Amino acid sequence: MSRVPGHGLAKGLAVTLRTMTRRSVTHQYPDAAPQLPPRSRGVIGLFEENCTVCMLCARECPDWCIYIDSHKETVPPAAPGGRERSRNVLDRFAIDFSLCMYCGICIEVCPFDALFWSPEFEYAETDIRELTHERDKLREWMWTVPTPPALDPGAEEPKEIAAARKTAEKLAAAQEAEAQEETAQETTAQETEPREGDA
Amino acid sequence: VSGTLDVVLRLVAVLVAFLVLPLVVGQTEHKVMAHMQGRLGPMYAGGFHGWAQLVADGVKFAQKEDVVPAGADRRVFQLAPAVSLLPYLLVLIAIPVGPNGLVGQAIDAGLFFVLAVMGVGVLGSIMAGWASANKFSLLGGLRTAAQLMAYELPMLLAAGSVAMAAGTISLPGIVQAFHWWWIPWQLIGGLVFFTAGLAELQRPPFDMPVADSEIIFGAYTEYTGLRFALFLLAEYAGIVVLCALTTVLFLGGWHGPLSGSFGWLWTLVKTALLAFIVIWLRVTYPRLREDQLQKLAWTVLIPLGLAQIALTGIVKVVIS
Repeated sequence: MSRVPGHGLAKGLAVTLRTMTRRSVTHQYPDAAPQLPPRSRGVIGLFEENCTVCMLCARECPDWCIYIDSHKETVPPAAPGGRERSRNVLDRFAIDFSLCMYCGICIEVCPFDALFWSPEFEYAETDIRELTHERDKLREWMWTVPTPPALDPGAEEPKEIAAARKTAEKLAAAQEAEAQEETAQETTAQETEPREGDA
Repeated sequence: VSGTLDVVLRLVAVLVAFLVLPLVVGQTEHKVMAHMQGRLGPMYAGGFHGWAQLVADGVKFAQKEDVVPAGADRRVFQLAPAVSLLPYLLVLIAIPVGPNGLVGQAIDAGLFFVLAVMGVGVLGSIMAGWASANKFSLLGGLRTAAQLMAYELPMLLAAGSVAMAAGTISLPGIVQAFHWWWIPWQLIGGLVFFTAGLAELQRPPFDMPVADSEIIFGAYTEYTGLRFALFLLAEYAGIVVLCALTTVLFLGGWHGPLSGSFGWLWTLVKTALLAFIVIWLRVTYPRLREDQLQKLAWTVLIPLGLAQIALTGIVKVVIS
């Protein structure tokens, strides 16, 4: 390879010259939006409707950066004569992003899918105290959450979808059976109709 | 009166070139270096591809505090940037740009003058290193001194070879005597001169005296604000002067097609090409170690310079 003296030196010059003629890899970020990969961890969004104030996220958070306040409300019985139910109502849900280390444990641990990763990342503040974002801001970020990327071809069905499908199938089968039973009953009823007066 | 006006005009032209060309080289370095590394370089200052980046840098430097360390040798410390910058201005006066007296001031012993004054520029770094009262600065200053000792000799040998070939030490005279076959004839001398000049400017890959990752910034460690900017400017003025000198001595200066009316353009184009090579070398090669630096000068460049002188002498005797 290096039989000719200065071969390596010339090679180095060629490399830099070739790089100069190629397009540079720089992304001009503030002018051009970056192409973020799927499942980017930008910020955490809250879907309030799903939150039951179970406090799992706040307890599992390694940084203790989630603040939740709530109160109980009594819901009148659904059916007459039923029991009154109590329900948790969310008063405050805030995440201190100056403490958050973006581990995503809160999102993993949420049993009701109320927390989501949003790819939004431009929320720098000049004062560290302003990094504690309240529920309205977290809700705004919820609308920037993208739909999850499509599964690989031939991938296993996601568990929740499989479960939902099974439930739906069971329900459909039950309904069908019920409908068949009903029609059967109707026909028997029709058959037995003339004898109704006997009863 | 017209004589005075002529002198003033020439000096103003040289001054403008001295202020503009180093900035052009600096901006080119920003951009070329960036693209050679797959980047874009400055893009905002001035609006169009960051053309005003160096102006912005200058404004920033001017705003900074000018600090002189308590233990420093005040007067020498403050004088050093001027000593390092001004010689290049003086050299620029003597460099012929085009035929028919297109030169700041034609000097009979131009080659002597130019090489002697260029050597003074390096003194600025040594003064800075000594006066800063800082160990890193002193190290840098001494390395600069060692480098000056090592590389001045091959530079003089190569320049001497051209003077022998031309039979004159006047710079316009040397260009006048140039023929195209001088380029292969003086090729080794040209390479030695250019390399030694790079080393004397402490440009990468010969920047051991200022190696910022090892001795902070060598002799310039304690400098701030405008004085530091002057040192940086001196480096780029040095590039302009070295490239112009190499053009004049080894590449035939204004010679080229239509040299009668566009001679000055030829000089500028050749100088710009050499400046590009200076930047290219900086991007490509890693820094030489201090002992490698010395070894290159004493065991490679000086023998090559001597060989060139021998070759020049033989050819000269044969053709006369």
